[in-house]
Amino acid sequence: MKFDTPATTNPIDRLKVVGKPTNRIDGPLKTTGTAPYAYERHDVAANQAYGYVVGSAIAKGRIASINLDDAKAAPGVVAIVTAADAGTLGKGNFNTAKLLGGPEIEHYHQAIALVVADSFEQARAAASLVRVEYVRAKGAYDLAAAMDTATKPKASFGVEADTSVGDFASAFASAPVTIDARYATPDHTHAMMEPHASIAAWQDDKLTLWTSNQMIAWSVGDMAKTLGIPKENIRLDSPYIGGGFGGKLFIRADALLAALGAKAAKRPVKVALPRPFVTNNTTHRPATIQRVRIGATADGKITAIGHESWSGDLPGGGPETAVAQTRLLYAGANRMTAMRLAVLDLPEGNAMRAPGEAPGLMALEIAVDEMAEKLGMDPIAFRVLNDTQVDPEKPSRPFSQRRLNECMQTGADKFGWARRNAKPGSARDGRWLVGMGVAAAFRNNLNGPSAARVRLDRSGIVTVETDMTDIGTGTYTIIAQTAAEMMGLPLDRIVVKLGDSAFPVSAGSGGQWGANSSTAGVYAACVKLREMVTEKLGFDAATAIFADGKVSVGRRSAALEKAADDSELVAEDKMEYGDLAEKYQQSTFGAHFAEVGVDAMTGEIRVRRMLAVCAAGRILNPKAARSQVIGAMTMGAGSALMEELAVDKRFGFFVNHDLAGYEVPVHADIPHQDVIFLDETDPTTSPMKAKGVGELGICGVAAAIANAVYNATGVRVRNYPITLDKLLDKLPDIA
Amino acid sequence: MQTPAEFELSRRGMLVGGAASVAAVTIPPVTAAPTRPATPPPATAKVAFEVNGTARELEVDTRTSLLDALREQLHLTGTKKGCDHGQCGACTVIVDGRRINSCLTLAVMHEGDKIVTIEGLGTPDKMHPMQDAFVVHDGYQCGYCTPGQICSAVAVLDEIKAGIPSHVTADLNAAPKVTATELRERMSGNICRCGAYSNIIDAISDVAGVKA
Repeated sequence: MKFDTPATTNPIDRLKVVGKPTNRIDGPLKTTGTAPYAYERHDVAANQAYGYVVGSAIAKGRIASINLDDAKAAPGVVAIVTAADAGTLGKGNFNTAKLLGGPEIEHYHQAIALVVADSFEQARAAASLVRVEYVRAKGAYDLAAAMDTATKPKASFGVEADTSVGDFASAFASAPVTIDARYATPDHTHAMMEPHASIAAWQDDKLTLWTSNQMIAWSVGDMAKTLGIPKENIRLDSPYIGGGFGGKLFIRADALLAALGAKAAKRPVKVALPRPFVTNNTTHRPATIQRVRIGATADGKITAIGHESWSGDLPGGGPETAVAQTRLLYAGANRMTAMRLAVLDLPEGNAMRAPGEAPGLMALEIAVDEMAEKLGMDPIAFRVLNDTQVDPEKPSRPFSQRRLNECMQTGADKFGWARRNAKPGSARDGRWLVGMGVAAAFRNNLNGPSAARVRLDRSGIVTVETDMTDIGTGTYTIIAQTAAEMMGLPLDRIVVKLGDSAFPVSAGSGGQWGANSSTAGVYAACVKLREMVTEKLGFDAATAIFADGKVSVGRRSAALEKAADDSELVAEDKMEYGDLAEKYQQSTFGAHFAEVGVDAMTGEIRVRRMLAVCAAGRILNPKAARSQVIGAMTMGAGSALMEELAVDKRFGFFVNHDLAGYEVPVHADIPHQDVIFLDETDPTTSPMKAKGVGELGICGVAAAIANAVYNATGVRVRNYPITLDKLLDKLPDIA
Repeated sequence: MQTPAEFELSRRGMLVGGAASVAAVTIPPVTAAPTRPATPPPATAKVAFEVNGTARELEVDTRTSLLDALREQLHLTGTKKGCDHGQCGACTVIVDGRRINSCLTLAVMHEGDKIVTIEGLGTPDKMHPMQDAFVVHDGYQCGYCTPGQICSAVAVLDEIKAGIPSHVTADLNAAPKVTATELRERMSGNICRCGAYSNIIDAISDVAGVKA
């Protein structure tokens, strides 16, 4: 099915199942410990051996020699894999560095060997006996030092490095009110709770991988390319994923080494990355240095807006697209954005929840707050005044829908924004300096082709099969809701099977494109199944109504399962897209509000209240969507106040590579959180009329908290995370 | 791995650190540590304990954590390995009524103990009230920290009932109450990267019969 004209009325609009706050259908499995994650599949292959990864102890250089004698002689060892004996390996399209390093080393903790043994304890012990001689080479590890060597990267995923409209330089120079400020965001790690893990088994030349992966088809392709075998010989199965946030978009060392280990050991092998490997062995969100310049008239109209960002990556890598939202978020006739990329020999940078916008808004939305203060305007009024209903770089192109101002105003009412004192450092609650902050949330909506297969059996059960993944987003449930709505069945008549590469190829989970895209694919397959049902029952397809387990036309009616009496009905289709996303800018919008208390003595920061108001098209399951948003708000609070990978600039690695050193929010850091979804549908996105929310939820959160800290203390911190040491010597005198 | 060599590398690096001329030619290859004897065959031991009401007897490598004994030998994979370092709480189980990180304790240390895992609290068909509350309040997303959160939550309510104070208990002479602040403090050893905290507190409060 091709979606190339805006949706009109369709069966989803009945909203009998879709749009209702619905408990997750996979909830009973997840809460009882019976949902099987990758490393736990004892049932899928007998005689599994354990692989333990050895990582490079240097960041750049080469291996002079590896001595495996002691490791090979250690009890229980079955096989050892290194690049020297793994045969010719390719590199996946989505990998920057090789997953199995050697003799060249590209980053610290790049995998260089896998030790396979009968037990985990034996594999771990033997791995410590692998002795490696390295020749270290000089590397670049310091973004600030490498800024001058940064170059203009080529466009990636259609995003150009630079854009320019009008004459930014003169408009900025002549603007009566301006700001020009620099901001820094540190490297972040996904720190999903389930480390990357895979079980591999070969049968002749066919490989099966039970793994933890967001993008099944991408990863089958990259696995085939890396191993140099046909895609058809690889099956990936990933029904439950213990968090990804972008860190499991690609195959990583666990998957490749499990496959190579299983080949060498001639038996199934399971590999999980030890927690301290997750940070340096896999990808991370790269640090940025950003410069934001805004010029406005005295009454607050933006006349010039410029945003530049510097980031680093391994050779062949890409930039953190931190200026992306600035091309679309605010009006202004004269504009420029630019990204520059330095070569850094740190582990590979890549997507983490809302790549681009998350760090970009951390800077831009502080700058907007600073500008509003300079203008003597309320920061909400300043944003509302500079709203645009068209793409400001291409004014002939309207937003499909844009209710940012309504998000702001609704949130202001709900949060009690009117009580905020614009003068920083003027609200006190006992020992706490109290402040409120706001920031805009913005993230583009993306659609991807997505296919599904639906089966109707004679007992009236509809089974949906697609290689779509549920990374905690609630995919199982919204797909079941979609099929139930389309086929006129209650939710408990739907079975959903996900994550298996044997199923039709979906959009996968990333870039907040999963929910709308994958349910649209299920919609297409269900339209086909409805046609098969009506044909079988002799009903007119155009007028048939599917409801309450029955199909009816006028007074004629039949039970749905009647159509499958002789044999199961199977329909498969794929939703594809025309050019609506080019004609209309499809984006999601929100407003984040935060109230913080800052201890007047110690500078300790506590988040007291958080609210998000989101406008993101139809919300398919308000319960799970709300969870996506509060979860993203939590991660946003982390990036505001604590998350920072500490770079060892001499040896080139992230030092705090575990969950004690890399601090993420815990229960005690997070207050009750509120989320409001504006009631809307966007007919340009798909028949579901939905968009994504999972990344919108993090966009702007950190800046809202930063602005609240400023409002509480009068101290403007432009260098994340905002830790108390950055406040302490500047706090107001204690009366 | 390479722990001794890594230390040596770092120490040498400390001496040259800051020198602008750090390059391959200035750093000789890190030499291998003297050859060590291969590890001896693993010591094994028998251990008997009760898991979810069933007596179990295992022969384990003495290095095996309780977590790995549960997951790899008994195939009770509901208990999760998130960090293997006692930093995340995903492996929380209840041993003799107290919650512990099962990754930080060896299986052989639990002779005669009564262990309750997530599988022992309830099943999909017969869920424990805490499991049910997590579903109703959507107190999870990816589900990987969830068994640990639920085991912790069940034990936390028992700890409060037993009068055990926490860091945020204001009056040590009074019985601690089930408040959101108490729950947040006591649950802080269980990390949820999906960020379901607000809903988890609602779920636990619901089971305790208080308003979050």
